Amino acid sequence: MAETFLSIRGVQKSYGPNVVVQDFNLDIGRGEFVSFLGPSGCGKTTVLRIVAGFEEPTSGTISIGDRDVTNLRPNQRNIGMVFQAYALFPNLTVAQNIGFGLKVAGMAKAEAARRVAEMLELIKLQKFGDRYPYQLSGGQQQRVALARALAPKPRVLLLDEPLSALDAKVRVSLRDEIRSIQKELGITTIFVTHDQEEALSISDRVVVMSQGRMEQVGAPFEIYNFPKTRFVASFVGTLNVLNGKVADPAKGTIAIDGQDIVASRGLGATKAGDSMSVALRPESAMLVDLGGGRNRMRGTIEDVSFLGSVVRLRVRFTDNTILMDTFNSPNFPPPARGQTVTVIFAPEDVLVLDGLEAA
Amino acid sequence: MKTSRLWAWITFGVGAAYFLLPLIATFEFSLRMRRGVYSFDAYRSVLGDPYFQATFFYSVLVAVFTILLGVLLVVPTAYWIRLRMPRFRPVVEFITLLPLVIPAIVIVFGYIRMFGSSSPLPFLASTRGADALLVIGYATLALPYMYRAVDTGLATIDVRTLTEAAQILGAGWTRIVIRVILPNVLIAVLSGAFLTFAIVIGEFTMASLLNRPAFGPYLQNIGANRAYEPSALAIIAFAITWGCMSIIQILSRFAPKSANQPR
Ligand SMILES: Nc1ncnc2c1ncn2[C@@H]1O[C@H](COP(=O)(O)OP(=O)(O)O)[C@@H](O)[C@H]1O
Ligand SMILES: [Mg+2]
Repeated sequence: MAETFLSIRGVQKSYGPNVVVQDFNLDIGRGEFVSFLGPSGCGKTTVLRIVAGFEEPTSGTISIGDRDVTNLRPNQRNIGMVFQAYALFPNLTVAQNIGFGLKVAGMAKAEAARRVAEMLELIKLQKFGDRYPYQLSGGQQQRVALARALAPKPRVLLLDEPLSALDAKVRVSLRDEIRSIQKELGITTIFVTHDQEEALSISDRVVVMSQGRMEQVGAPFEIYNFPKTRFVASFVGTLNVLNGKVADPAKGTIAIDGQDIVASRGLGATKAGDSMSVALRPESAMLVDLGGGRNRMRGTIEDVSFLGSVVRLRVRFTDNTILMDTFNSPNFPPPARGQTVTVIFAPEDVLVLDGLEAA
Repeated sequence: MKTSRLWAWITFGVGAAYFLLPLIATFEFSLRMRRGVYSFDAYRSVLGDPYFQATFFYSVLVAVFTILLGVLLVVPTAYWIRLRMPRFRPVVEFITLLPLVIPAIVIVFGYIRMFGSSSPLPFLASTRGADALLVIGYATLALPYMYRAVDTGLATIDVRTLTEAAQILGAGWTRIVIRVILPNVLIAVLSGAFLTFAIVIGEFTMASLLNRPAFGPYLQNIGANRAYEPSALAIIAFAITWGCMSIIQILSRFAPKSANQPR
């Protein structure tokens, strides 16, 4: 990580007796793209608004580039922000919206006009400068909001669920556009979302939050593959939870519905006969046997759903079921409901949930 | 279906007659100043009267100041209530309704007692002071309409998000109110302004008791002393009021389309 640029230290926020953010500590590098990911109501917006200066933290500090900004008002912080509801000024044209911050900063007219043109080009809306917000689609409005936030060259960019009001196609393309603009400008960015795919796909690092606490901070690869808490494991991606009993703690074997499997990551301090939960990602399980020391479990196909590039199967063992993905191929029709299959997965892919903090 | 249609028309006809007949009768009467033929003599007489011009001009001026005072008072208040104290909105709404419940005569007697020439705030000791008091009184009378109009205008925009968007771009309060909030509720403010105008132009009680040379007392005076001119004046006053209403209607077509809500 590059040198720390934005620093959130010991931030706590309570509304009366309700603690909505607790012990939030995060250092963000210059030019880094960090996402806050968590379910609705977990405190993402609150932290973002504290960084912006709209809310005062009950305790803790915010500093940007070595300067403590905790006591600065939002209009003194030089931060750009994009809101879920676009929040364009309805009475101003696109160009005037983008130029608003420049005018406030007292930039000369000609220079401001040049900067506005530059921003319009950046968001590929050169021809739309004279339109009013209501004449634009949602995606276009949000791009204007992005340009408006970036025009005054803020030191930090904050985005609060900027894509959730848009339809699926636009959401994906604008998401990529935001990321490429962010990289091009090298601006330090916090992106708030409740959508794990969004967070995983565009971030340098993801902060997973639950009930006002940080659950885990890490690169998307790390968050997805090595969840540190039960919450992260279940919130990020689809997770199959299998309940069984420890068979042999030394060898790492667990009996699931009477079939033994191996978890290579170790079972922690357990003894034979203890109840134990393990988890498996749908994409870790296969029907094709590649040999080696893999786990094999016999089960019955209970459901088949065709999702396009992948086919998702539900397989029942006895008490436990798992969802698993197989790639679609026109040459290999998917298995039929009721068919008996062998599910194969690697010991490394078995996540031992009891070893994770039960957060 | 057919009969309900018929009844609707009958109801409409009765209602229309109820409003229109007196108006038509008044208009017809106002044209009969010259014996035997219809003429606009009464209108000529009224419009040529220097007192008409003086009092009308005075009332227009008072209306303008009342509107300015109302806007200065109501826009920031309604904005702040919506932004920071939404819990108090019902309370403020109730307060703004009080002028509808408390008769103007009570308010003005209160003023005379409070601001008489021997009081610590002797508004009534000078002509300008009395004018100012009249403006303040009218702003009070217009408060229910002005507040409601502005508050309705504010309801059509996302006040909080727009404010925050402006703040994070570096704007201070004055700029936010003048550049962001006011332009987006301008139509609402204007309709409040024209309602205020319509109220002020015809108001009698306050102007009369504060002894100001306003249009209302002039109307009353003419009404008591002449035959045809009062009808002409009534028609003129009616035309002014309706003119204001139509302007409100026309302006509301131009209300900026609110695009700050997600679709
Ligand atoms: N002004 C407020 N007063 C009281 N509680 C609030 C206020 N703002 C947010 N909260 C509470 O704080 C919690 C976190 O809210 P928020 O940060 O908006 O969550 P998220 O953005 O993750 O959905 C929620 O439970 C919410 O009800
Ligand atoms: Mg939120």
